[in-house]
Parts: sequence; C-alpha cells; structure tokens
Amino acid sequence: MNLRPEPRLLPAGDAAILIEFANEIDDAVNDRVHALAQHLRAQNRPEIRDLVPAYASLLVCYEPRRAAFAEMCAFLRAALAASQSARLPTPRLIEIPTAYGGEFGPDLAFIAQRSGLTEDAVVRLHTRVVYRVYFVGFAPGFAYLGTVPEPIAAPRLETPRLRVPAGSVGIAGRQTGIYPMDTPGGWRIIGRTARRLFDARRDPPTLLRAGDRVQFVAI
Amino acid sequence: MLRVIEPGILTTIQDAGRWGYQQYGVPVSGAMDLFALRLANQLVGNPPDEAAIEVHSPMALQSDAPHLVALTGTAAQFAVDAHTMPTWMSVFVRAGATIEIAPRRGWCYLAIHGGIDVPRVLGSKSTYVRGGFGGLNGRALIAGDQIPIGAATVSDLVAAAGRAASEHARAFASRAGAIRVLLGPHADWFAPEAIAALTRTEFVITEQADRLGYRLRGDVLPRARRGELVSCGVPLGAIQVPPDGQPIVLMADHQTTGGYPIIATVIGADVPLVAQRALGERVQFAMVETEDRKPPAGF
Repeated sequence: MNLRPEPRLLPAGDAAILIEFANEIDDAVNDRVHALAQHLRAQNRPEIRDLVPAYASLLVCYEPRRAAFAEMCAFLRAALAASQSARLPTPRLIEIPTAYGGEFGPDLAFIAQRSGLTEDAVVRLHTRVVYRVYFVGFAPGFAYLGTVPEPIAAPRLETPRLRVPAGSVGIAGRQTGIYPMDTPGGWRIIGRTARRLFDARRDPPTLLRAGDRVQFVAI
Repeated sequence: MLRVIEPGILTTIQDAGRWGYQQYGVPVSGAMDLFALRLANQLVGNPPDEAAIEVHSPMALQSDAPHLVALTGTAAQFAVDAHTMPTWMSVFVRAGATIEIAPRRGWCYLAIHGGIDVPRVLGSKSTYVRGGFGGLNGRALIAGDQIPIGAATVSDLVAAAGRAASEHARAFASRAGAIRVLLGPHADWFAPEAIAALTRTEFVITEQADRLGYRLRGDVLPRARRGELVSCGVPLGAIQVPPDGQPIVLMADHQTTGGYPIIATVIGADVPLVAQRALGERVQFAMVETEDRKPPAGF
C-alpha cells in the first residue's frame, strides 16, 4: 500500500471536491475510501448532494450556494481524521450463479488457450476468488470487481462487440465484471448470470454496492 | 395533457437531475441548460427544479386543455396555432392549440404550469435514455405520446400569467465571452504548456457532441506524466483529456466515473453556455479562482 501521507483535496469545479488517497488499486486504500463515504453519509449534511467512491478516491459533490470551498475543505479534513480509524461493517457476500462457456461465454476458449489451461480450470480459478466491489461506475449497476488470478487475466477485445447481453460475465486485465444491461463492450466474455444487476424501480437500485464481496458459482 | 404530434429528435423530459445515485453508477442527467430550465419554471409559477420538455430539434404538440407555458433556452421559432409567440415569457394556450417549437441549434425548454406529472424514478423525473428509465417510459418522446400535466388552480395560473424574464436575465443566458474554468483536479498530470494552451486556444465544437459530452478540437494539450490514472468520480463540466490531447467537456448524462485526467472544470454557472454552443462554434476558456466563480448578483 502506498497511501499519501495526507490525502489530497482537489477542487473539481465549483461544486465538487475530489479526495485522492492514492493513484493505485489497493484494498487498504479502497477501505479508506469506503470508511470516509460511510462517515459522510452518517453526517447527512444538506449541502452534500452526492458521493462517488472509486478505487482510491471519493468525489464529494456539494451545493456551492450552501457551502464555500474553504468551509467544505475544513469539514472534509475533519471527516478524514474522524473516519481514519472507523471500522467498516462486515461486507455482504453475494453469490452470482453463472453459466460458463458455450453461447454464454464466447471468450472462455480464448482464455483457456492463452493460459494453457482447460476451460474447466479457468472456471475453477474464476470461481475460487472472493472478489471485492471496489466501486460501481461506468454504467448503472456495473461493479468493478478484483482481482482475478494472474493466469486468467486477459486483454480487452481489439474491436468491442456492438452488443453484449445483460448478465454477461467478463474479464479485462485483472478485473472482472458483469454487464448490467445490453451495451457495446470490449471485455472478454466467459459466462452469463440470470441475476438482475440493476432495477431502477428499487432503491437502492443495484444488486452490488461498493464494498460488497462477490463470489461466482458455476451452474 | 399534451399530445406529441411531431416528436423531433432527442426530445426528452428533464428536471434538475437525479442526485444521490452516482454511487450506483447512475448519471445525474437533468437539463443541459439548468439556467433556462429554472427560468422557464419560474415564469409559469412552478418550483424551479420541476421537469420541463427539453427540445433539441423542431417538434410539435397539441394541448388538450388550456395551459400556461413558457419557452426559454436557445433562440427558437415558437408558434401557437401558427401565430408567433414571445419566448422567455409565460403565455396561455387554449385547449386544442397546436404548439410548434423549432430551435435553430442548442436546447430549449418548454415549462408548463403544474409541471409534468410523470413518476419520479430514483428521485427524479429526468429521462436517462441509455438506461431506459425516467421521463416518459424511459425514452425520448415519440409521436402520439400523451404527456400528463400536473393540476393547476386558477389563482396560481393568474398569478403567473404574463411573467417575462428581465432583459438582464436574457442577456445573462446568452452572454458571449470566455467560459470560466477552475484548474484541476488533475492539473499536475499536464505540462505547463498544456495549461497555457487551454486558455490561449480557441477550441471548436466537433460533431461528437451530445448529452454525454462535447468533444472539442484545438491545440493538443500534452501530458507531463506517463502512466494511467485509476478511474475516479468525475463532475459535470469536467474537461477530460484522452491520450490524443483533444479535450472532452462532460455534460448532463456523463458517466459517473472516468479514467482520463481532468485538466480543469467548467464552473456550474457556465456549463449552460457550453451546452448551447453548436457544431463548428468556438469555445475559449478563462481560468478563475475559487473566489470569483459566483454568478453575478441577482441570480
């Protein structure tokens, strides 16, 4: 872990501040992000409009008519200090039943061939790990999950597919993820789940949330 | 109820945005020109953040009842029963009237007294077309759609009738000059000449401009650092710079997170000015400090 001695508070326009803990993907750094987000949510401040956690940073969107930049910085520095030793709740563990290979996983054979493993062995490696939801972004309900075992890490497609069906399970580098809706996409698709990742009629609308743990189960 | 006769392209219902759900990957959406949306609502006596119809290309509606409406935003031809009507002012339309709106470019807003009576999805009436939710059935309007309008009382209608935006407000909405930006959050990813070029260059709006973002063309903004930024949350108005050095300004439907460094961010009061620039028009940026970012007194 390479935490900055002091997280940086960077102005992101006149209505947001980016709190940057580091520029790397690291579990301990990501825990700091979620601890701060949890602390800020509990404060329930009316000038805070949105919190956007990511791998190693938290974007705080605020209402500039209600708080000046300097006031927000002072408040956030205090929140950083107060959340430093905060304990995160035990994460939820969510299982994702997944049909691997065949028509549901058109790139499973590619990853097997590339790694010199059988398709079954690729599936065993993918299902063995308990993944962390670093954050949800890119699209509604899309969780950035890591980290896949090195042998089955795989580059993105050179030409993205025009349509990846909802529920498709993919690998890109050492990340893995599930497409919440039909979209174009360049990840290597190894399987598909029937679980619904996003439903705008529910609140919260996503199956997976930042800080959750996820395990794939072959069906 | 307003019935859609001619839907136009990309006509959607938008309010002031869907706040509080970016942690789930849900974009804020909302009006491209929030200033025009809020003024339109005030002219018809609605709360400022109420939903209105965002119009980007010629479209036509028919009113089933008398309604008090106001059109704001970009310059547009506005006609009721083929009679030209004033914009930036509340006007009555009779039951059965045909309302035609033809913006020349950019975005305009038709607010209706009583507001648009569609359900809030995740706290907002804004349409997010890519996600298929919000607004009317999660999509742009199509011919035959019936847009439900909230209830009105006669006294409220009369109180708002004839309200007009001040000359000052109209001049503010279409003011010329540089777009104000604050440096960062990732200014240290760029060479000093990139920061100089950002305010020296006249950028041009390219054809890749939609509700997600406006791609600009101009001097290349070179990076000082190699390597990759790990994805982080990105705000409205962020000026992202992909490896080709050509900036993209993030607009209402922008993704919640991104991996390109952000050299500077357009202040909230000036995002509508970017939104209203069209293909081929020029954009120049001016750097401001955190103290002089506020809009002029009176707004």
